Amino acid sequence: MANMSLKKNPMPSQEPDVRNKNFNEVALGYTKEQALDEAQRCLHCKNKPCMQGCPVMVHIPDFIEKVAAGEFEEAYQIISNTSALPAVCGRVCPQESQCEKYCVRGVKGEPVGIGRLERFVADWHNANCTEAPAKPASNGHKVAIIGSGPAGLTCAGDLARKGYEVTVFEALHLAGGVLVYGIPEFRLPKSIVQKEVDGLKALGVKVETDMVIGRVLSIDELLEEYGFEAVFIGSGAGLPMFMHIPGENLCGVYSANEFLTRINLMKAYKPDSSTPIQHGKRVAVVGGGNVAMDAARCAKRLGADVHIVYRRGKEELPARAEEVEHAEEEGIIFDLLTNPVEIKGDDKGDVCGMTCIRMELGEPDASGRRRPVEIPGSEFTLDVDCVIMALGTSPNPLIKSTTKGLEINKKGGIIVNEDGLTSRENVYAGGDAVTGAATVILAMGAGKTAAKAIDEKLSAK
Amino acid sequence: MYRIVRREALRPTVTLLEIEAPLIAKKAKPGQFIILRVDEDGERIPLTIYNADPAKGTVTIIFQIVGATTEKLNHKKEGEFLQDFVGPLGKATEIEGRKKVCVVGGGVGCAIAYPVTKAFHDAGAEVHAVIGFKNKDLVILEDDFRAASDVLKVMTDDGSYGEHGLVTDALKALIEEGNTYDEVFAIGPMMMMKFVSLTTKPYGLKTVVSMSPIMIDGTGMCGGCRISVGGETKFACVDGPDFDGHQVDWDLAVKRGGMYKEFERHAHEETCNLFKQEVK
Repeated sequence: MANMSLKKNPMPSQEPDVRNKNFNEVALGYTKEQALDEAQRCLHCKNKPCMQGCPVMVHIPDFIEKVAAGEFEEAYQIISNTSALPAVCGRVCPQESQCEKYCVRGVKGEPVGIGRLERFVADWHNANCTEAPAKPASNGHKVAIIGSGPAGLTCAGDLARKGYEVTVFEALHLAGGVLVYGIPEFRLPKSIVQKEVDGLKALGVKVETDMVIGRVLSIDELLEEYGFEAVFIGSGAGLPMFMHIPGENLCGVYSANEFLTRINLMKAYKPDSSTPIQHGKRVAVVGGGNVAMDAARCAKRLGADVHIVYRRGKEELPARAEEVEHAEEEGIIFDLLTNPVEIKGDDKGDVCGMTCIRMELGEPDASGRRRPVEIPGSEFTLDVDCVIMALGTSPNPLIKSTTKGLEINKKGGIIVNEDGLTSRENVYAGGDAVTGAATVILAMGAGKTAAKAIDEKLSAK
Repeated sequence: MYRIVRREALRPTVTLLEIEAPLIAKKAKPGQFIILRVDEDGERIPLTIYNADPAKGTVTIIFQIVGATTEKLNHKKEGEFLQDFVGPLGKATEIEGRKKVCVVGGGVGCAIAYPVTKAFHDAGAEVHAVIGFKNKDLVILEDDFRAASDVLKVMTDDGSYGEHGLVTDALKALIEEGNTYDEVFAIGPMMMMKFVSLTTKPYGLKTVVSMSPIMIDGTGMCGGCRISVGGETKFACVDGPDFDGHQVDWDLAVKRGGMYKEFERHAHEETCNLFKQEVK
């Protein structure tokens, strides 16, 4: 008999007033008992509606059935058949707009905690199974992957499991892409990313760090001189955007990318780090997406009073509801319907304030959201000494400019067909390099699609 | 890991390292830079390429000890390894089409000025070079410059070697003598590049400077290296490092360059103390 509780088992978490002072993981994960109880809430619908919400098509009811039976390793095998990064997805996927959105239990009450169960299964596997997966026999085909973020790692994993000889090229010194430089430790511990990368290495995937493709090697060289039969571009979102307002280049104005990279990749939050970061006392984070929430929560943990400055209202915040909630609990102040006009600097060139203007919502714009309009004469100064711009990114032109015949759209994203194939034969792409800034799981879905297309193309040779 | 095949102390605080990096050596062009990390958990620092030898598969850098990371780098011996060595980054300096140029190098910036000088020279341009140092003890690469230039002026701030004065004095004198240049190329401390740009501006001489701001990834991802050029924000790592010296907002660049001075001074002292303890 199913567990008919209308509520999900709540996620055990660090208390807000404790966690906003440390970088340890916020959510602590289900216990075995909680996982067994939550798994009982699944009704095992015949048509599996939850699966249509999953970009990598995890067989959700099947793995939950194994959890309910206490067969956690079997559950893990079901997830990892289609997902290269279970422990990551269980933490950072927006389940509320994917699998859980379609869960029948959500019609009356809360959906099954699919993400929480996925996380439990993956963590159980990582804690209890030390056996490395067997390396499949090589099929003799070589594939190059550019970028070791979620798109690249997924594509690499899917191909490696089929026996392809996969090499992943990463520009930074550590594999993981946005999972290591962008998403903070307290949402996604770096040891978990490392485990996932090690798992791929055990499958035979080679990871070459310090390789900026487009500079040290071109895509044409990979195809013509290095014997790769296909290339997948998963190079990520690219260059941070700014507002083009006065004072944006003052000391103490960061892009969210830089701020998060200093903290996450370069460990600037640790006292013995060799990478400096400004410890602002009053920080404004401009923007309302998940990256803005991450930057704000990091700044809070470094000891600042933090304001989120966003030009629309709370309803319009693009960040996940859960992230907004976490940020609010941790004491982040939301200055909504507020837009920066100018950043002010002192004579040393340091930030000493930000002039903002109040906004109101007008008619809906092209995106369907109500357009923010300035309220004349409502300017005021926010007393801050550090400003972080979290406004999104524009694609990096490096690969486009060094790859002949690679077509891009008006926004600079690489153009692909439904299989992830670009305008160049044997060159595929996916993730933020194609779509602009999006989510980890969408990038993984794109990596998966391309892996399938590459396999079909090369195995027919 | 990247092996150090040659180490040479050019001066007490200026060191040359030749690093095994065959792929970078094949691609590197004058004006481009690399980013390195000395060890795990180390800081990422950009350094411009002094020389690349595709046949040997090596890339040579010259650096001055200014902070904790360069201090650690200076303690690396031949045969030891660097954790990371990434490149070549940035756009190469434009060499083609110049008939007569003046290259101005200041201090350890001469390590970067030299490959550009040589490239102009090899491309058939008439090259005048002005190199400046604080004093005699810091003079580097004089013979290299002599071989790659038609006119060479060596300047020291205190007059202990070459001519007494600043590089801008020599540059101004060359211009006043009637030399016109298709381009003046300056690389060195920010203040020097600023004053070279101010010197050439009244004469309307095109002036290119090689900027080296603070950066992390070197691929455009962080935006930390942004500078203001002609009122527009540019990323030095992907749009540069070469920019029109007459358009650069120098005051802003100087301020941004000093953003972490306090942290760096402290870290440098700590590192020096560590090495002192090891020696004991």
